[in-house]
Amino acid sequence: MDANTPRTIPRKSYTFDDQTLSEIRRAATTGIYDIRGAGAKRKLPNFDDLLFLGASISRYPLEGYREKCGTNVVLGARHAQKPIELKIPITIAGMSFGSLSAQAKEALGRGATIAGTSTTTGDGGMTAEERGHSQILVYQYLPSRYGMNPDDLRKADAIEVVVGQGAKPGGGGMLLGQKISDRVAQMRCLPKGIDQRSACRHPDWTGPDDLEIKIRELREITDWQKPIYVKVGGARPYYDTALAVKSGADVVVVDGMQGGTAATQDVFIEHVGQPTLACVRPAVQALQELGMHRKVQLIVSGGIRSGADVAKALALGADAVSIGTAALVALGDNDPALEQEYQALGTTAGAYDDWHEGRDPAGITTQDPQLAKRLDPVLAGRRLANYLKVMTLETQTIARACGKSHVHNLEPEDLVALTVEAAAMAQVPLAGTNWVPGKGGG
Amino acid sequence: MCGIVGLYLKNAKLNSKLGKMFTPMLIEMTSRGPDSAGVAIYRDKVGKGLIKLTLAHDDPNFSWKIVDAGVERALKCDARVKVIGNHALLVTDAREQDVIKWLDDHHPEVRVVGSGKMIEIFKEVGLPVDVAKKFKLEESHGSHAIGHTRMATESAVTTAGSHPFATGADLCLVHNGSLSNHNRLRQELKRHGLKFKTENDTEVAAAYFTWQLRNGKGLKEALIEGVKDLDGFYTFCIGTADGFAVVRDPIACKHAVLAETEDWVAMATEYRAIAHLPGANEARIWEPAPQTIYTWGHA
Amino acid sequence: MIEFDLQKDCVRALNARLHSLPKDTNERRWIVRNPMGEHAIACGLDLPLTVEIEGHVGFYCGGMNKHAEIQINGHAGPGVAENMMSGLVRVKGNASQSAGATGNGGLLIIHGDASSRCGISMKGIDIVVGGSVGHMSAFMAQRGNLVVCGDAGEALGDSIYEARLYIQGKVESLGADCTEKEMKEDHYQELAALLERAQINAIPNKFRRYGSARKLYNFNVDHADQY
Repeated sequence: MDANTPRTIPRKSYTFDDQTLSEIRRAATTGIYDIRGAGAKRKLPNFDDLLFLGASISRYPLEGYREKCGTNVVLGARHAQKPIELKIPITIAGMSFGSLSAQAKEALGRGATIAGTSTTTGDGGMTAEERGHSQILVYQYLPSRYGMNPDDLRKADAIEVVVGQGAKPGGGGMLLGQKISDRVAQMRCLPKGIDQRSACRHPDWTGPDDLEIKIRELREITDWQKPIYVKVGGARPYYDTALAVKSGADVVVVDGMQGGTAATQDVFIEHVGQPTLACVRPAVQALQELGMHRKVQLIVSGGIRSGADVAKALALGADAVSIGTAALVALGDNDPALEQEYQALGTTAGAYDDWHEGRDPAGITTQDPQLAKRLDPVLAGRRLANYLKVMTLETQTIARACGKSHVHNLEPEDLVALTVEAAAMAQVPLAGTNWVPGKGGG
Repeated sequence: MCGIVGLYLKNAKLNSKLGKMFTPMLIEMTSRGPDSAGVAIYRDKVGKGLIKLTLAHDDPNFSWKIVDAGVERALKCDARVKVIGNHALLVTDAREQDVIKWLDDHHPEVRVVGSGKMIEIFKEVGLPVDVAKKFKLEESHGSHAIGHTRMATESAVTTAGSHPFATGADLCLVHNGSLSNHNRLRQELKRHGLKFKTENDTEVAAAYFTWQLRNGKGLKEALIEGVKDLDGFYTFCIGTADGFAVVRDPIACKHAVLAETEDWVAMATEYRAIAHLPGANEARIWEPAPQTIYTWGHA
Repeated sequence: MIEFDLQKDCVRALNARLHSLPKDTNERRWIVRNPMGEHAIACGLDLPLTVEIEGHVGFYCGGMNKHAEIQINGHAGPGVAENMMSGLVRVKGNASQSAGATGNGGLLIIHGDASSRCGISMKGIDIVVGGSVGHMSAFMAQRGNLVVCGDAGEALGDSIYEARLYIQGKVESLGADCTEKEMKEDHYQELAALLERAQINAIPNKFRRYGSARKLYNFNVDHADQY
């Protein structure tokens, strides 16, 4: 063959794409699975595939400002003496001190308090800063029980029993040695600098029948004052929601696969658990069949980004949503202004997810004191409050356009779907048709 | 997920009180299983050449006389029917397969819930206290009983999905836990000719034991094989003509407790179901070890 | 001595009374009768009370106990003294699974046997068992001491961190990263002190010590099959 013979254009493989090739090389070099933070990154059906219909000749919009559109939510009135009252239907999801810096936790508390909503502790226990800065604090009760104690349980405003989370339904917490600082080690009763191995099941109960007894114990310890949430990943949302209700939950939290984590195996994040869009209607259906819709509240999380996502989740029947990744971005995570530092870490702004390494230039997912002090909790808290405000206004804008005086009056009939998948998952018609795919198959 | 209870009377003088002792055990497990309840009572052994079938129909007003007369005519046999709630006990000298075929052909909506010479199985959706009333459980006599209160996990709340599941003559199974490989096993068992009415994991375990017994294994052997082949979390209680057996999976997360006095042996998911039995305070109390088969009676 | 009969009044009423006692209360000694296997009896206590329970208890008796001394004159169900912070819980009979689970402090004494997962994820609690313990005991045990006068079941101390295990009888098998360690003078002393506090008779030099081999502390591909 001489130099003039035409060659075919070099062609990369769809199956063995660049991402896959780099991962195989990495695995061959290290002998360990890839660990990272954040949620599922691959393209998945999400709320973008749904649209609101809005106002028309038969449906009239509300005027902005004058004609109120309520956004408040009450959570946990089923059994608790002191239910949670939120000004907005958006809460901050559980993220641990340990995975996040103390400054980041403080910022989340400040921002949520300004906005009139709650934050949630994570797999490490409650810090004094978070309790101090967060007007409404939900205390997670996890398999590891790191830092768990009755005093903090009583200081909390609500208790969230974590069965699983969207990024890893079936996985426990993970915090690698780099982030087990003195303070983290002390809170978790671990030696400094070791890799925290994760418990994936609770140590003293298994199954909804035993959960019923455990919830009762938690109520006894806190004298029945606080709402008990049960959080599940997006595995079997229909059954899990029903079982959470039967176990005595006041609130059910369903977290889809776009939901983030501080650290876990990449294969877990990308290949276990369902997209958030697929989880909402089954969970709502379970509540409706038990006659518990709006009596046991549903919080949906996993890739909530804007007021549009909030409005769609509510329209499908959720009572509120929770944000994690989005809250961190609002604080300053993955900011392009830090591009040089991301490049030095071998990544780029928007892609940085090696949070387990604890070298976050934004000072959020790190325990390094030099990096952590880059985050000003007051300024960052303000940013979070701004973002929550925007999301709330966006939700109200959409709700008003649909003629609703309260965001909870949004309903599935306000929506259509752009794709067959989204139509089937959300159980709303494909736009321009009366067709709801998958109705026969359930 | 559920509550399971079992009571075996060593002292036959107590047989008239079986229902009185057993019913509170079942009801105590309501919080673990509010969806449906079921019980297998062992009593009134039928004579030589006779079999006893427990039948059920969703319509509480179904006229069981049709079955009585129909079976007698078609199979040229003797048949007696006793109605209890929406269940009926059919005692006949016909062969079991013939009766079942006749029912399949003429009354497919009638469910065959159990069969043997002693066993009677009653199960329904609803709270355990209501199910007990429906089937006059408190007044029952018998030598032993096993029961179940259900919180449906991955399948629907239906009567067919309730436990106990019959697994052979005078044999039945109740289960607390959640199997993880039952779907594949179901496919295999279907290939061996077993039939299924639900998506329920326990039904698969029951069919698995039926299949092992049909292949000539003794109950103990069948249970040993079961521990190997069934994956997931489980505590099983198996009712037999003479007593009952208990086995837990190797990981043994689902709690179970056993208690024994001179007069009885009891089994329950939680001790509080046993606490009210006469003599419970002085009973020997212990937990079944994982992967170990415990049997009482001549099982 | 204040008596409380659980046949006449419910667990909620008992716990509510115990939780509402002021710090300087005179009502320090309690007897609870007819527990009948009920759950969450005397959980969340936060004062140096003594509570004696006559009979068998259900799940989570003494859960998250602080300061109080609780004695169960009978058997205990799963999770007795779970997440205890301080104080003492004594079980005269047997304890079911997950006894002392995730306990942070205090002393749990079981005169009979404990079943599986005794001391699971313990974070500083001391547990002394007069009898034997079941499988997966001291699973992921982070801190504290587990003393077993009888035998230990399979997979003892699987994924153990820094807790110390003293076993007198036979150990059916060891879990991942758990290994036998040398008994030195200070270990004998520590063990003797634990047995004394528990008021359980046993001779320290008959015990063996187990703890973490510390090979799983930071991931190494050559130990991958331990996971």
